Amino acid sequence: MVQGMRQNSITQLGSFALNVVSDLGRMGLYLLRAVRGCFGRPFRFAEFLRQMNFIGVGSLVVIFFTAASTGMVLGLQGYYSLNKFGAEGMLGSAVALTLIMELGPVLTALMVAGRAGSAMCAELGIMRISEQLDALDCMAVDPFRYLISPKFLAALISVPLLTVVFDVVGIAGGYIAGVHLMGVSPGSYYDGMRSSVTNHDIWLGVVKSFVFGLLVVWICTGRGYFVHQIRGVGFGAQSVSKVTTQAVVFSSISVLVFDYLLTAVLL
Amino acid sequence: MSDIAIEFKDIDKAFMKGDGSRQVILDRVNFAIPAGKTTVIAGGSGQGKSVTLKLILGLMQPDAGQIFVAGNDCTGIRGRALAELRTRFGVLFQGAALFDSLTVFENVALPLRERTKGSEVKIKEQVLASLEQLELLGHEEKFPAQLSGGMKKRVGLARALQLKPEIMLFDEPTTGLDPVMTTEIYHLFARTQKQVGFTAVIVSHDIPKVFNLADQVIVLNNGVMDVFASPEAIQWSEKPHIKEFVKTTMGEIYQSHLVEP
Repeated sequence: MVQGMRQNSITQLGSFALNVVSDLGRMGLYLLRAVRGCFGRPFRFAEFLRQMNFIGVGSLVVIFFTAASTGMVLGLQGYYSLNKFGAEGMLGSAVALTLIMELGPVLTALMVAGRAGSAMCAELGIMRISEQLDALDCMAVDPFRYLISPKFLAALISVPLLTVVFDVVGIAGGYIAGVHLMGVSPGSYYDGMRSSVTNHDIWLGVVKSFVFGLLVVWICTGRGYFVHQIRGVGFGAQSVSKVTTQAVVFSSISVLVFDYLLTAVLL
Repeated sequence: MSDIAIEFKDIDKAFMKGDGSRQVILDRVNFAIPAGKTTVIAGGSGQGKSVTLKLILGLMQPDAGQIFVAGNDCTGIRGRALAELRTRFGVLFQGAALFDSLTVFENVALPLRERTKGSEVKIKEQVLASLEQLELLGHEEKFPAQLSGGMKKRVGLARALQLKPEIMLFDEPTTGLDPVMTTEIYHLFARTQKQVGFTAVIVSHDIPKVFNLADQVIVLNNGVMDVFASPEAIQWSEKPHIKEFVKTTMGEIYQSHLVEP
């Protein structure tokens, strides 16, 4: 009896490990095909623009509000902390560095994952379960070049651009809270920022946002594309809803893990 | 063109079940589908009808055996060769598989836009002509969600016929349709086949109605396939499982009368 249970749990562990390895392999090959599709001819400019509009322009409002509120909170919180040491002149540099190197790329990626990533995952998942992806295959139309690679390109370009918008709006938010509400001098806010932010910091932020954009679009579209092969999510509409949740959770966690790794390596 | 459109030689296909055991779907299956004729693949649910279609289309690979299309071994081909092979096929999926973000016109035009270099004017001409043929004119700006089940099937058929396929595969074409619509769809198949001259493979459990179209019938049962030269021939079989199949699906006596186009 005990031996049977032990054998059973070993079988389950083995099956779980096989599942994880095959899932990783599938996702790796998926990434390769999606990247290769970006260089395929003819270039699908119309679809690319549609995705830029959806991922980039469509996220502007949520990015604006998140950035404004984050920047203003940073301004208030920063002033409160720095004031204790009489260092409120450092407010500009604290707000700018935090936004450019950390919060800008991370929060932008999380917002894009929640807004556009979930939608992309559900779209592909529904196309899979209603055989639309099979239909593309059967018409010898490559679903990567037709559907997926334009999403990759659009995300890789729009996430860094949205991050820049986030940084600018956030810094402005910090300025409003610090200078207009708390009375920090405008000159010290601006000078502190100029003297402490280096090209390397900006470069780190850009690299991060690019990697996060890739993680979000890869995981979200990949989960939807493979909805029929993912174990334990059920079938039909239920499988799409579960996989969409999974996609947002997995991509958000990956963004946070990679944020630490990139900071540790590149700082 | 070869007289045989599709041939399965000793095809094995099994799936791993959740508990680690193997479920045999096809067990050393052999059959040939003659070109220009209509073959109906019949059998209960879960007997491997859709798997057979997926094997033909290269969406799945057999565990063993060979698949020939027009005399060429197509087992395990990939990439460009597979894409090339698929251009010979037209497929009407069970749920029509229309792209729901595209209009009827865009759905039907998609294979032409993607696979041919024809001008937009020519594409429009061809699409409108086939929509007219299938009595869909006036609906070209609608989205799939705005269509009835029968109309969706007709749009699916129009899309599948755009690249003039040699072989048309129909996956449960009348599922979800009422009896009147079912008869209408069958008339439509017979008419278009006469016009276009494709080889038709129909996977269906709509028995005996679908036999009205059949030149050849293949019955799938527990991984084994039995091939019959005509729907009538099924009734003369002495095999117990076929006798049982006839009894449960058709009753004691059945007479085929081919649908007049």
